[in-house]
Amino acid sequence: MKILLLRTASNYLLPLLLLFSVFILLRGHYEPGGGFVGGLIASIAFILHSLAHGLENTKKILRRPPFFLIPIGLAVAMLSGLLPLFFGQPFMTGMWMDNPLPIIGLVGTALFFDIGVYIVVIGVTLTILFTISESI
Amino acid sequence: MIIAVLSGFLLAFFLLCLTKPLSSRMSMLLSLLPVGLFAYFVLLLTKIFSGPTLFYSYSWVPSMDIDLQFKVDGLSGLFSLLITGIGALVFLYSSSYMKGHRYINRFYAYLSMFMGSMLGLVLADNLLLLFVFWELTAISSFFLIGFNNTSAASRKSSLVAWGVTAGGGFFLMAGLIFIGSIAGTYSLQEMLNSSEVLKSHPLYGLILFFFFMGAFTKSAQFPFHFWLPGAMKAPTPVSAYLHSATMVKAGIYLIARFTPILGGSVYWNSTLLIVGGITMLYAAYHSIFRIDMKSVLAYSTISALGILVFLLGLGTHEAFVAATVFIVVHALYKGGLFLITGVIDHQTGTRDLTKLRGLRYSMPILAIAGLLAALSSAGIPLTVGFIGKDLIYEATLIGNNGIFLTACALVVNILLACAGYLAGIRPFQGSKSDEIEVAKHPSFLMWSPPLFLGILSIVFGCFPGIMDAVTQRVLLSMQQEGELALKIWHGFNTVLIISLVTIVLGIVLFLLWKPSADKMNVVARLEHLSPESIAKAIARIFTNIAARYTLFMHNNYLRSYLRKIMLFFVCLIGYYLIKNVHLQINLDNLTTIKIYEVVIFLIMVAAIITVIVSPSRLIAIIGTGVVGYCICLIFVFFGAPDLAMTQFTIDTLTTVLFVLVLLRLPSFLNTKDGLARSGDGVLAGFVGLIISVIALQVLNEPTDKTVSMFYADNAYLLAKGKNVVNVILVDFRGYDTFVEITVLTIAAIGVFGMLKIRSSEIE
Repeated sequence: MKILLLRTASNYLLPLLLLFSVFILLRGHYEPGGGFVGGLIASIAFILHSLAHGLENTKKILRRPPFFLIPIGLAVAMLSGLLPLFFGQPFMTGMWMDNPLPIIGLVGTALFFDIGVYIVVIGVTLTILFTISESI
Repeated sequence: MIIAVLSGFLLAFFLLCLTKPLSSRMSMLLSLLPVGLFAYFVLLLTKIFSGPTLFYSYSWVPSMDIDLQFKVDGLSGLFSLLITGIGALVFLYSSSYMKGHRYINRFYAYLSMFMGSMLGLVLADNLLLLFVFWELTAISSFFLIGFNNTSAASRKSSLVAWGVTAGGGFFLMAGLIFIGSIAGTYSLQEMLNSSEVLKSHPLYGLILFFFFMGAFTKSAQFPFHFWLPGAMKAPTPVSAYLHSATMVKAGIYLIARFTPILGGSVYWNSTLLIVGGITMLYAAYHSIFRIDMKSVLAYSTISALGILVFLLGLGTHEAFVAATVFIVVHALYKGGLFLITGVIDHQTGTRDLTKLRGLRYSMPILAIAGLLAALSSAGIPLTVGFIGKDLIYEATLIGNNGIFLTACALVVNILLACAGYLAGIRPFQGSKSDEIEVAKHPSFLMWSPPLFLGILSIVFGCFPGIMDAVTQRVLLSMQQEGELALKIWHGFNTVLIISLVTIVLGIVLFLLWKPSADKMNVVARLEHLSPESIAKAIARIFTNIAARYTLFMHNNYLRSYLRKIMLFFVCLIGYYLIKNVHLQINLDNLTTIKIYEVVIFLIMVAAIITVIVSPSRLIAIIGTGVVGYCICLIFVFFGAPDLAMTQFTIDTLTTVLFVLVLLRLPSFLNTKDGLARSGDGVLAGFVGLIISVIALQVLNEPTDKTVSMFYADNAYLLAKGKNVVNVILVDFRGYDTFVEITVLTIAAIGVFGMLKIRSSEIE
C-alpha cells in the first residue's frame, strides 16, 4: 500500500521536480537558486523515482549511465568560458545579449556556465548514488 | 640545440604510443638518433675548437630565472660524445640483445629518455635546469634497473638505487639553491665570477656537504656505493650504458663542472681525496672476490669512479689531464667488457666465473674483443689504458704525499688489472667446458660493438694525439690553461717503471687467483658491517615505526578516527582560546527570541535526544536529517534562502545515501558500555562548547565589509545579476566553480572506480 502511494506520486513528481529544477536554475541570476541547487533537485527527482520503482526502471528512463552527463556538463561550462576568446576578450569574461528573451530572461555566458554546473551536478550525484546502491 | 636535447624524450613518447612491439629492424633504425646526435656534437666540438664556447638560450620560466640555457664547451662536449657514441652502440646492441622481448618498446623508450636527460644534464648551463635533468636520469635509471619487473630482486634493487640517488638529489637541490642564492645567479657561466664570494661565505662548509652528498650518491662513492652492484639487475646493455659509461659519471661531471666555482679549497680537495681514495681501494679489493662477471665489473666501476674523484681531489693540472683521459679510457674498456658479459650471458645463460671457460672456441671474435678490453683495462702499452695509467701516476707522484698516493694508486691498478683480466679473458680461457651448452656464435650486432670499442682503445692508444684538442678544451672549462700533448713514450722514468710493475703484478695476481664461491663467502662474512646492511637496517627500522604509527592512527574504525580528530580539535583550539583570546560575550546586539524560533529549537533538541537514545540506526539517521532540516529553517529565518535551499537538498541526499550505506554496515553496535559512551559524550560536549564560543566570539570582531560590499555593488553593474550569491559563483569566482565541478567529477570517478572494481573482483 505504502509503495503504491509512493509509486503513483513519483510518476507525477518526476516531471514536476525536473521542471522545478530547471526553474530554479534559470531564475538563479536574479532570485535564490542556481545551477548547483537545481542540479541537486533534479537528482532528488531521479532518486525518488528509483526508490519507488527500483533502480533499473530509473535507468531505463535515463537511457544512458548518468556519468555520461559529466563530460557534457564540463564541456558546456568550458565552452561558455571559451566563447569570449572568439571576441577578443579574456577567458570567462561575462557576455550578455542586449535584449532579454521572453520567459527565460537575459541570456549570457554565465547562464550557460550555470547550465554546465547543473548537468555536472546531476551526473556526479546520480553516479555516486547509483554506484553505491548497485554495489550493495 | 633544444631539439637535440629533447629528441630523446620525443622518441620515448612516440615509442610508448606505439601499440605493436618493435621489430628487430625497426629497433636498429632507432639507433639513427644517437648516431645523428653524435655527428651533431662532433660538428659543434669542431666549432668550439676554433671559436668560443657556444651558448643557446630559450625562455622557459623567466619570472623565476629558469631558462633553458645550454652551453657547449669542452667538458659538456666530451660527455655529449660519450653519451651519444656509447648510446649508439648500445642501441644497436640492444636491438639484438632484446630481440623479441615483450616490452621492447618500453625498453627503448626508457633508454632514449635516459639519453635525453643525460644530454640535458651535461649541457645545461642553469643550475635548476641541471637539477631537473639530474632527477630525470635517476628516474629513467629506476625504470631500467627494474625493467624485469616480474623479478622481486630487480624491483628491490631499483628501489634501493632510486632511494640512494634521489635521496642524494635532495641534498644536491639544497646545495644548488644555496649556491644560486649566494651567487645571485643560477647561470653556471655567470657563477664563475662569484667563486670567491662562495668560497669565503660562512655557509661554504654546508654547501660543500650538500653538494658532495649529491655527487657521491650518484657516482656511487663509499659509503653510498652499494646501489651500483644492485643496479646490475638491469639488462646488460643498460648496465653498460648507464651504470658504467655515463650516468654514474654524472657525479664526476658535476664535480668537474664546479671545480672552478667551488673548488681549490682544502676542504674541497681533502674530501675528494679521502672519499675517492677509500672508494677506489675498497671497491678494487671487493671486485676480485666476486664470481658473477657483472659483479666484478660493478665493483671495478666503483673503483674507477673512486679514481676519478681522487684525481679531481688532487686538483693539479696533471690530475685533471689524467681524469679527462681516464674518463675516455674507462668508458671504452668498461663499456666493452659489459657488452661482452652481456653476450656471454645471452648465449650461455650464466655469468658465473667459476663455470665459464673455453668460450674462445665458440666465440672467437668476442674473445678478441675481450682481450682488447682487458689489455686496455690493465694498461698494456699501445692501448689507451696505458696512457691513462701513465697520467695517473704522473699526477700522484707530484706533491708532498707522492709516495703514499702513488702506492694507493698502484694497489688499485693492480687489482683493477686483475679484475679486467677476470672479465675479459678468464671466460675464454682453458678447455671447453661440458657444463655449459655449446654456445652459438652471437649475431653481428652483438659482437661488433664491443669489438669496435676494443679497436678504438687501440687506435686512441697508438695515436693519443687525437684526444689532445678535446682534452685541452675540457681543461679550459675547468679553467686550466696550458698546452699539452699526449704521448705514448715519455722516456724511461719512474712512471714507466711503476706502470710496468702494475702490469706484471696484475698478470701474476691473475694467474694465481682463482675466483671461487668460498672466497666470496669469506668476504661475505663481514657483510653485516657493510654500508649496505646498515642502510637496510635503518630502512627496516623506519618501516617498522611507520607500520606501528599507521596501525595506531589508521585502524579502520570510523569512530576512532572521529574521536582523534575531535580530540585534536578540542586540544588545539581550546588551548588557543584559553591562552590568547580574551573571552567576552556581548549579549547586547542579540535580537529578541520569536516564538517559531523556540519551536524549531525544541524540535532540534528532541531530534538530538532521539538520535542519542534510539536503539535503531534508521531512526538515528532520520533524527540527524531532522536536525539538518531545522538548520535550513533557521537559515530561512535569518535571510539566507540560497544556503537553505542547498542545505535542504544536500540533507535529503545525505539521508538517502546514509540509508543506502546502512545496508552495508555491520549490525548496530551496542555502545551501551557506559564508560565509552560518557567519554564520547564529554568529547562531543567540548566540541559543541568550543564551536559556540567561537560563534559568539566572532560577533565581537569588527567585520571587514569591503569585499562583500564590492560584490553587492557590482553584481548588477558588471555581471547583470541580482542574486549576489549566484553571480559570485558563476561570474566573479567562475574559475573556482569550474575547479569545483572538476573536483566533483574526480570524486564521482573515484567512487565509481573503487566500488565497481571491488564488486567485479568479488564476482
